[in-house]
Amino acid sequence: MLTITKLTKRYGSGDPVLKELDLRVEGDQLTSVIGSSGAGKSTLLRCINRLVEPTSGTVDLNGTDFTKLKGRELRTARRRIGMVFQSFNLIDRLTVMENVQSGRLGYISTWAALTRRYPREDIRHAYELMERVGIAHYANKRADELSGGERQRVGVVRALMQRPEILLADEPTASLDPKTSEQIMTLLRDLASELKLPVIINIHNVTEAKEFSDRIVGMRYGRIIFDNQPAALGKAEMDEIYAGVPAEDRAQVGAAA
Amino acid sequence: MSTVRDTWKKPPFIANPVLRYGLYAAVATYVVVTLATLPIDWDRVSDGLTRAQRIFNGAFPPSFERTGLLIDGFMESLKIAILATVGGILLSVPLAFMAAGNIAAKPIYLLGRGIIIVARSFHPVIVAIIFVKAVGFGPFAGALTLVVYSVGFVAKLLAERIEEIDFGQVEAMRSAGAGFIATLAYAVMPQIMPRLVGLGIYQLDSNLRASAVVGIVGAGGIGATLANAFGRYDYDFALAITMVIVGVILLSEAASGFIRKRIA
Repeated sequence: MLTITKLTKRYGSGDPVLKELDLRVEGDQLTSVIGSSGAGKSTLLRCINRLVEPTSGTVDLNGTDFTKLKGRELRTARRRIGMVFQSFNLIDRLTVMENVQSGRLGYISTWAALTRRYPREDIRHAYELMERVGIAHYANKRADELSGGERQRVGVVRALMQRPEILLADEPTASLDPKTSEQIMTLLRDLASELKLPVIINIHNVTEAKEFSDRIVGMRYGRIIFDNQPAALGKAEMDEIYAGVPAEDRAQVGAAA
Repeated sequence: MSTVRDTWKKPPFIANPVLRYGLYAAVATYVVVTLATLPIDWDRVSDGLTRAQRIFNGAFPPSFERTGLLIDGFMESLKIAILATVGGILLSVPLAFMAAGNIAAKPIYLLGRGIIIVARSFHPVIVAIIFVKAVGFGPFAGALTLVVYSVGFVAKLLAERIEEIDFGQVEAMRSAGAGFIATLAYAVMPQIMPRLVGLGIYQLDSNLRASAVVGIVGAGGIGATLANAFGRYDYDFALAITMVIVGVILLSEAASGFIRKRIA
């Protein structure tokens, strides 16, 4: 269970990007976060695994307060949160297997990582997951030889290799064509229920969000103004989430997208 | 409705006409005054021409009699160049990471940049003079000189490449809980590898050229052979050496260009 309490993030001296935000995610729910650019969606996800340092508030994952961790403890804790990125963030010049195994870098020794001597168990797990998402035959291909959809599958498998307790996806389908995008969303939804994994997805495509999520969270200017089942998201709610321009509400906008 | 204009002139380089013509006048005056006051002794120039004539007369035809000495000098230069390139790159990689603002902490970054600036601030000939004083005449001084020269060049350009990497991959490794070294090895090294190989090949070629120069101040290699030939007025042998240097450098440039094109 992920519990976020009074989370605030401020870049520099401007207005906060996140304003005392509370959110709780549990079970194998697929939660979609929607909102216009600059609403703080990316910052929210990045504050959870501390890729971005929150200004105040707490992030608690199954009893661990992530905001208090430092150095090695933080690295160990990050293994428990898988993350999927919009631009995939694969290592282009390495093979698919190396990319997938990079999800285990928090577990194996640096020497094993440098010499590519991955534990047998990890290799078996990798093949199982790659088989599950349909990329096992690409194991020895370089990541930059794959198509967008295939690359995002590698990204998903890499995150799952961590055996995470929660999966964060930052606009995982924004760089993909509509059909591939739907396939990836289906995959994420199915994996959530198969692995009993809560998934939080930042998404711009509201139609997809409504189709695939169990729950939709609408953000505007750093606050959650909608939190309900997809069916409850009507035109009025949409208008409110996407109303106005961020500049009107925030004097200074930070670096968050 | 007003008529549309059909003439356009590019705005002048300096908008203020007084400033513009003033600047032109100042530059012209400076050039004239400098030429008028330079101590150019035309008698010495004509003396020099006759002396050059004598040197060239002595140099033709080039003498390849002492080919053994020539080859020895070249092999030494090649060894210096290879040793300096390998040593330079081994030092450059960690230094480049230190000097990359997006990877290193501020104090480490400043230290790294400082080392690179020092390594770059002196011409190899000056560094060679210092090393010849420190470790004595010979190829060792040459190799050390070119290590410094290589570090200044390779580490700087590599650090700039590191600052240009796609940081998303670093983020991905961090989010998986990877340690510092593992993150560098997986997220950074693959991205900078092509540049590193290219720089290494270019530097080998460049070191071979530079080894001929530093040899003149006593740091071994073909430059030492050339300096000796001049010292003994063996202009024909000196010409032979010069011709071979040009030939070898043309060859090595072609080879390095070919390899770099292939890996790009």
